[in-house]
Amino acid sequence: MSSLAAGDQSSITGTTDVIQPVWVRTVHWINAVAMIMMIMSGWQIYNASPLFDFRFSHTFTLGGWLGGALLWHFAAMWLLVVNGLVYLALGIASGRFRNKLLPLSPSGVIADTKAALTGRLAHDDLRHYNQVQKLLYAGIILVGIAVVLTGLSIWKPVQLQWLTALFGGYDNARYVHFICMSAIIVFLAVHIALSVLVPKSLRAMIIGR
Amino acid sequence: MGRLRSLLIPGVDQKLLVKDAARLLPDPARRRFIAGGASLGALTLLTGCDVTDSFSADDLLAKISKFNDAVQAAIFNPNALAPTYPESAITKPFPFNAYYDEDEAPEIDGKTWKFEVRGLVENKKSWTLEELTRLPQFTQITRHICVEGWSAIGSWTGTPLRDFLKLVGADTSAKYCWFQCADKDGYNSPLDMATALHPQTQMSFKFANDTLPRAYGFPMKIRVPTKLGFKNPKYVLSMEVTNEYKGGYWEDQGYNSFSGS
Repeated sequence: MSSLAAGDQSSITGTTDVIQPVWVRTVHWINAVAMIMMIMSGWQIYNASPLFDFRFSHTFTLGGWLGGALLWHFAAMWLLVVNGLVYLALGIASGRFRNKLLPLSPSGVIADTKAALTGRLAHDDLRHYNQVQKLLYAGIILVGIAVVLTGLSIWKPVQLQWLTALFGGYDNARYVHFICMSAIIVFLAVHIALSVLVPKSLRAMIIGR
Repeated sequence: MGRLRSLLIPGVDQKLLVKDAARLLPDPARRRFIAGGASLGALTLLTGCDVTDSFSADDLLAKISKFNDAVQAAIFNPNALAPTYPESAITKPFPFNAYYDEDEAPEIDGKTWKFEVRGLVENKKSWTLEELTRLPQFTQITRHICVEGWSAIGSWTGTPLRDFLKLVGADTSAKYCWFQCADKDGYNSPLDMATALHPQTQMSFKFANDTLPRAYGFPMKIRVPTKLGFKNPKYVLSMEVTNEYKGGYWEDQGYNSFSGS
């Protein structure tokens, strides 16, 4: 009861405080658009030479055919990479990564996972991430970096052959690229589900408060 | 208590949310997103027209592809060699790949075939297969990477294109070597001069130490291990050294023209 009261108190006084600064909201939504274009065009490219025994439905692909999808993919990559670099630079320079994502510990993640599963995890202060959020947000940043690097290694297996070798050669790098994309899809599913469960977090990412 | 919370935390109007979200996106990104989203599925199929036309999304994509040509040309290192592999790594069987079936592949008589050389070269004489195969040859085992994503390792033997360009007195300050081929519907493809002069770019006459089979481009293929497969023309009939961008079979349909690896 007391913790709830404290939470309510902060949500009243917090209405004038900015939860998500304007630069975070801007790069977040640009990234959302770029990611969706990359994933949908990527699925069309995948369909030209599937790695597994399935193809993506045309309903969810972008570009119409391989050539069109490649045009989208190699256009949206600039949006994704430039926006991503701005995000990393500002995240480091502003201290946001350090403040929001650290400290992060395995025991903390386990404790907060248990709390979440038993419905005892508080969401009262949106400016403060719990350990599970810290893990997911730090993790998705690393996956984002990996998906770009594997993409580069597939695009330039001669000019960047050291990078391609790092991912186990050209054919293997395609699988790693695919796995990174899959991780992003899983993250997206959790991310969107939770933003629906906690709508004020979505509001904060749109209007800042 | 639940009622108290709902009073203190205002509800969110979903329509306004989406509106606000869209407003945060920069204009071109939003339009492209809408254009891309709207071209999904049945809409495009049923109307038979591409909704992206009205936004000129195609024009924008074509411009970015040209920009990507320039970026790739800038990062192309003329001294970076494509990785080479041992014979044991060769893919067997090496795939046949074209926009037609294997039995529609050109059948060329090696005795009457001539390789025409045109454009900015001193010596425009045509070359017979016999003359060409007397030039010094080298073998290299490299990875062929298709624009579709798959790759296969093959062994090609032939003469470095840069040696031939020197031999015929080509103006190597020109922009392109433009190849024309015997494939049905007339295959052609431009190769930027920096890549044409790359040490591994080869006029290939043999595959796996045997005369180039019909499936792989007899009598001559231009093997370019620093490019995607479609930039490796087969059944080559002529080469024009030119400053003019003359397009290509796949390039004209939208594949990125540089398509370097």
